[in-house]
Amino acid sequence: MFSTWRALSPRARREALEAYLALTPWIIGFLIFTVFPIGASIYLGFTQWTIVEPPEWIGLDNYVRMFTRDPLFWQALKVTGLFVLISLPLKLILGLMLALLLNLKIPGMNLYRTVFYIPAVISGVAVSLMWMWLLQPDTGVVNTLLSYIGVKGPNWFWDRHWALPSVAIMSAWKVGGSAIIYLAGLQNISAHLYEAAEIDGANPWHRFWKITLPLLTPTIFFQLIIELIDSFKVFTEAFVITQGGPLKSTYFYMLYFYEEAFQNFNMGYASALALLLTSIILATTVFINYTSKRWVYYES
Amino acid sequence: MNRETEITFKESAAAAARTARRADLGHSARQWLGYAAAYGFMTVLALLFMIPLLWMFSTSLKSRQEIFAWPPDWIPTSPQWFNYASAFEKYPLARFMLNSAFLVIANTIGELISVPLIAFAFARLRFPGKRILFVLMLSTMMLPGQIKLIPLFSMFSRLKMIGTYWPLILPSFFGNPFFIFLMVQYIRTIPRELDEAARMDGASTWTILYRIILPLSRPAITVLVVFTFLWTWNDFLQPLIYLSSFDSYPISVGLAFFQGRYSVEWNLFMAATLISIIPVLVLYFFAQRHLIGGISSLGLKG
Repeated sequence: MFSTWRALSPRARREALEAYLALTPWIIGFLIFTVFPIGASIYLGFTQWTIVEPPEWIGLDNYVRMFTRDPLFWQALKVTGLFVLISLPLKLILGLMLALLLNLKIPGMNLYRTVFYIPAVISGVAVSLMWMWLLQPDTGVVNTLLSYIGVKGPNWFWDRHWALPSVAIMSAWKVGGSAIIYLAGLQNISAHLYEAAEIDGANPWHRFWKITLPLLTPTIFFQLIIELIDSFKVFTEAFVITQGGPLKSTYFYMLYFYEEAFQNFNMGYASALALLLTSIILATTVFINYTSKRWVYYES
Repeated sequence: MNRETEITFKESAAAAARTARRADLGHSARQWLGYAAAYGFMTVLALLFMIPLLWMFSTSLKSRQEIFAWPPDWIPTSPQWFNYASAFEKYPLARFMLNSAFLVIANTIGELISVPLIAFAFARLRFPGKRILFVLMLSTMMLPGQIKLIPLFSMFSRLKMIGTYWPLILPSFFGNPFFIFLMVQYIRTIPRELDEAARMDGASTWTILYRIILPLSRPAITVLVVFTFLWTWNDFLQPLIYLSSFDSYPISVGLAFFQGRYSVEWNLFMAATLISIIPVLVLYFFAQRHLIGGISSLGLKG
């Protein structure tokens, strides 16, 4: 580093100094808001700390407790894992279908695009309150509509079998967010490819499987990772609507983390919980990244 | 594609176009039918997606008796516009929205001070260690935020900042990596000749940034402002953790505590919820081109 510095001309040195000056806010912010908290979290995960007294080193106890004698931890992990399994495919597939529709070359499509994206800009709290009202067992509009076709709707958020699917339905309403990202990917696919395929007699079905889907794999890959991280972080919906109930059937991991950290002030244990969640997210991301060589198509 | 295949390709495309023109009549009838089907389907789907919002609007205009009517009225028999006034009267909605607006303005100022400066250095200046620092900056984008919450909470509590807006504002003055990345990408598209010409004329680095680069970066700045608004207005977990008094809550947190705090009156709750999303909807309709552009280029989410 210093030898490169000496090799610089006075003008280049001046430019470098100006750059470091401009970067100062980011460097300070990086140390305070990234390096320090991550380091501290790793350390705190090995301690017992209730914020009043200084943290006490207890080695791996937090992690041992988590895996061997904490049923709530397993419940939170199960709920979150199940939710990922339900909502991730739902969002990826519905998002793609919606994007294919929005990509139809007909005039006025912008209006539809605007409409479908609205749910994605509304706050989680507002959406939660709204769906709570929509899914009321007796007076809710969803069960009313179902009754018109002779189906007796479930108790949704207030039934332990239906609560988690209800949260997934609610998050599927925001599918316009993924659709817009897919749409950008679709619009990057060259029209020549479709024209050539059409001339060769490929029907729309073939064109989708042989052109659209392979060329869209980078977008699908990107979405998979973003949505995965998002699904692991579900908090607002559970906090506002169900508080984790009924019978802990929507006890999401982040809700458990929040209660441990900011209601019970078991900061040491909560740090270990956060660290484990981060490791799960990182490991899954790395795994998907590893498999991507097999299924993601990159144009050379 | 080499030249020869390109030529054959063009020829066959032209041939296909000729065939299509010959069959124009039948083709256009089929095309119109296709249009009609597409519009019909899209309209039904769009209505289905809008039912939640329309139902919320309908509920907000009903009387206390009418919301429990069975079968429900889709359109309120006599719209109670007064419900909106009652919502403002019963709940500290105006207070919450002002708090949110304050946070939005403060965060926007923070990002506007920090982001252009940092992005300019990454995009235009040469300095040792640039690659490493840039990669570090990008990697922080990937990091899940929850791992930082506890140490930051304890840090802010040592600084006696719990219960104040500082923890919700300060970080923006150090630059959000998403915005820095967006800005870097944008500045790279501005021709370097402009900088160089200005430098020939004796302009300093800072003059170039604030007189040339920044005015040309309006589209990127717009995306930054729009997303800062959206994220700050909708943020829930952070204000929930850092704030303690009901009166200081932003609209997101305030709304979340309605159920526990007030008797449940769904018509007024829905009026309040609708009021809370109006600023976001207005912003969305005016800035949707930038918003959707930002999402498409960066994968940012609402």
